[in-house]
Amino acid sequence: MAHGHGETTAQHAAHPTPKFFWKVALWLTVITALEVWAVYIDAIRGVLAPILIILSVLKFVLVVGYFMHLKWDARAYTGFFTFGMLVALIVYFFVIVMSN
Amino acid sequence: MNHASEYVEHSSTGLPNRKLAFWLFISSECMFFGALIATYLVYQGKSLVGPYPTDVLDIPLTSISTFVLLMSSLAMVLAVNASQRGDMRGTRLSLLAVIVMGSVFLGFQVYEFTHFYHVGLSLSQNLFGSTFFVLTGFHGAHVTGGVIWLIALFVETFRKAPAERRALDVEVAGLYWHFVDIVWIVVFTVVYLLGVNH
Repeated sequence: MAHGHGETTAQHAAHPTPKFFWKVALWLTVITALEVWAVYIDAIRGVLAPILIILSVLKFVLVVGYFMHLKWDARAYTGFFTFGMLVALIVYFFVIVMSN
Repeated sequence: MNHASEYVEHSSTGLPNRKLAFWLFISSECMFFGALIATYLVYQGKSLVGPYPTDVLDIPLTSISTFVLLMSSLAMVLAVNASQRGDMRGTRLSLLAVIVMGSVFLGFQVYEFTHFYHVGLSLSQNLFGSTFFVLTGFHGAHVTGGVIWLIALFVETFRKAPAERRALDVEVAGLYWHFVDIVWIVVFTVVYLLGVNH
């Protein structure tokens, strides 16, 4: 990875092996399977939306944190990404409010 | 770990300019897809005529395409890892796997769009059709752009270039690919899984 002054050798050392990424992919597969399974269970229909949202947030965090390396990279990248996400959520909030 | 790219790219921030710029781009893309997803949700359940989501959405089929895209993200992170270790053969193999899986995902989407059109769902049929095709169409366009980018990157690996520059090239392409993946994680839940239960 091309690292500047802000990305230290310690951060380098923390980088995982391919085996670790396979484990993350396995978790992503398991969570996706759980999501699909949950859709077909009538007993949890009332709480399906929160369950699916929690599971997709988990998948989101796994990909952003580990596959996109935000867990190990400079904090500035996390800041930019969080800013974009926050603006997206604010846009969503106002669109919902205005549409009602 | 032996990183091929432990070099210092001089910039005023101390961070590689290209990577920093790309994170800013991803930030703007969050807003773009956020607006599309918000629009889809606002109009959800407000179609006056069919076909409705429950009539056309195929969860088992989309689950397979979702799995393919998730695995392409794994291949992408392995490509980044290999390029950082200076393993060019591993980089090429992983990039090729991403290209193949990205193309398979697009194949699923082309099939789905064609099928929906044949059962009467078009961009102008109802609110569901308009918001669905715009949202998933823009995502598909991003995947297409990513596949083209990765093909170019794959070809480029056969040319001589400093290992550190190549590692950054692969990493930036990887950020884009993973972003496309996380957008699909949200779309799969919001449009498909919640859509058939709305």
